Amino acid sequence: MNSKLYARSESLTDAPFHYCPGCQHGIVHRIIAEVIDELGVRKQTIGIAPVGCSVLAYEYFNFDIVQASHGRAPAVATGVKRVCPDSTVFTYQGDGDLASIGCAEVVHAAARGERITTIFINNAIYGMTGGQMAPTTLVDQVTTTSPYGRNVNQAGTPLCISEMLSTIQGARFIARVAVNNPSNMAKAKAAIKKAFQLQNSGEGFCLVEVLSTCPTNWGMTPLEAVKWLETNMIPQYPLGVFKDAGGE
Amino acid sequence: MSETRLMKGNEAIGEAAIVAGCRYYFGYPITPQTELMEYMAKRMPQIEGVFLQAESEIAAINMVYGAAGAGARVMTSSSSPGISLKAEGISYCAGAELPCVIVNIMRGGPGLGSIQPSQADYFQATKGGGHGDYRNIVLAPNSVQEMADLTMLSFDLADTYRNPVMLLGDGALGQMMEPVNLEERPFVPQEKSWAANGLGKRTKPNIINSLYLKPEQLEAHNIHLQNKYQRIIKQECRWEEFSVEDAELIVVSYGITSRIARSAIEMAKRDGLKVGLFRPISLWPFPSERLLTLAKQTRAFLVTELSAGQMIEDVRLATRQIKPVHFYGRMGGMMPSSREIYNQINLIVREKEAVK
Ligand SMILES: Cc1ncc(C[n+]2csc(CCOP(=O)(O)OP(=O)(O)O)c2C)c(N)n1
Ligand code: SF4
Ligand SMILES: [Mg+2]
Repeated sequence: MNSKLYARSESLTDAPFHYCPGCQHGIVHRIIAEVIDELGVRKQTIGIAPVGCSVLAYEYFNFDIVQASHGRAPAVATGVKRVCPDSTVFTYQGDGDLASIGCAEVVHAAARGERITTIFINNAIYGMTGGQMAPTTLVDQVTTTSPYGRNVNQAGTPLCISEMLSTIQGARFIARVAVNNPSNMAKAKAAIKKAFQLQNSGEGFCLVEVLSTCPTNWGMTPLEAVKWLETNMIPQYPLGVFKDAGGE
Repeated sequence: MSETRLMKGNEAIGEAAIVAGCRYYFGYPITPQTELMEYMAKRMPQIEGVFLQAESEIAAINMVYGAAGAGARVMTSSSSPGISLKAEGISYCAGAELPCVIVNIMRGGPGLGSIQPSQADYFQATKGGGHGDYRNIVLAPNSVQEMADLTMLSFDLADTYRNPVMLLGDGALGQMMEPVNLEERPFVPQEKSWAANGLGKRTKPNIINSLYLKPEQLEAHNIHLQNKYQRIIKQECRWEEFSVEDAELIVVSYGITSRIARSAIEMAKRDGLKVGLFRPISLWPFPSERLLTLAKQTRAFLVTELSAGQMIEDVRLATRQIKPVHFYGRMGGMMPSSREIYNQINLIVREKEAVK
């Protein structure tokens, strides 16, 4: 048997991921790379890397990357896309990046119907800075800045980005997926592929929210983290397509 | 097209940017620069350029960062509070060495301040504004014609040095109408082999980035930037002089204030006083060397600005205080009259006479 069972995607470099064991950032990188390979758009793709654990995305993706300031990836993507309207431009952002400091940028990119794709990694926490509360942190979830659990009276309730963005006219396609099992991974890949295809055919703003684990800052083993995501995150953040404006 | 027309300073910046090949403008409304934004809203669609009203100054500068990263000539404009919001983005542009032009039509501060002209953002413009060891090239016009000329120069300098350039004006210059000649220039787009605009025929990805996790690498990057800044200091100091050769007192002033100072100097000269004007055009790099030479031949300086005294620090540094440096400033949107400056000149000269 000398056929290759697993070939590294052309859209990934040889650099090994620095992500913690059980972190799902790497899975999502791989899905994006496969989609870009399959669509044959690697040579015209420009990715926007955020500030967060995926800040080093430019070391892993094998195409042009612009590293953005914290939260501003959709604005940076707007600048890139306006200069290169025939390119494939996507942002890759965490929940601190997109749902907190960069909330305005993503809302207005969607409102303008900016022809970009956003991959939004919701792990209910600030990974890179060591586990602080995010707008997406669940009620009662313990983080370093909600050490007694997220208190609704004091810190409010989780922000449901996909639901919120689906109310915006300019948004073309909004979906929430997870990569916790093979079947969900296939669905995640299909949604991400669609979000890129729609961009390439010149339709509006597309966002795919991916529920993701952060075993390190959740204080769990990789397996416990997947379980926790299934029993706590998915009920708060139901999976599915929230908006498919031109769709059937 | 080489014709003289009457334009507002803000509009002249816009048209000059277009002549210089700028096809991307991102901004957010704020007085007293709004005419520039409105001008771009009208003009860009006529020439198949991009005008985009961003959701904030923060978004605007980050759109600039993206467009510059993709290799375009790009501009944003704002006024003082908006420039404060852009500070992080400007630092990123400097760190990633992205050429771009940022216009600040200054107004009174601090805080919401006023919408009247001011020069109180000198420190912010020339000493950084954002975080980290970086420099903007800062150019300060004093007429509508110069607003146009220096705008075009800004784009060239930005590309030459891969550096942000700030055009620093004020509410008075932005709003004033003067004849301006906008000569068409053959614009040759520069090859930007570093731009992140899709691999195309390249095999190696281009990365636009200011992150260096290893301290050795970040220090090396900083040394590279500092070497570039030294080159800029050597090559790009610009200033204008009037009657400095035999002057016993040299007034140092930039932008709108330099015009008022010049009238005051002309009044004083009619009285037989030996007074000259030194007008820095590049505020960074600051024309220090020339000022030091002048310090050796004159008896005193009078710095006049629309601030509590900001450029005066650079004058003191440049002249090593071998001669007294006096100051006269107005704040909060107030403008001195030429008579006021004339009186200051008289005071200083007469004092000198008394101690002769
Ligand atoms: C302006 C600014 N504020 C704060 C930070 C610090 N910071 C770096 S990453 C981060 C949070 C990232 O969390 P998230 O976006 O959820 O990404 P994750 O690491 O969880 O993937 C913060 C607050 C920064 N770099 N810049
Ligand atoms: S800290 Fe969390 S999000 Fe960051 S790499 Fe580790 S597991 Fe992933
Ligand atoms: Mg996160």
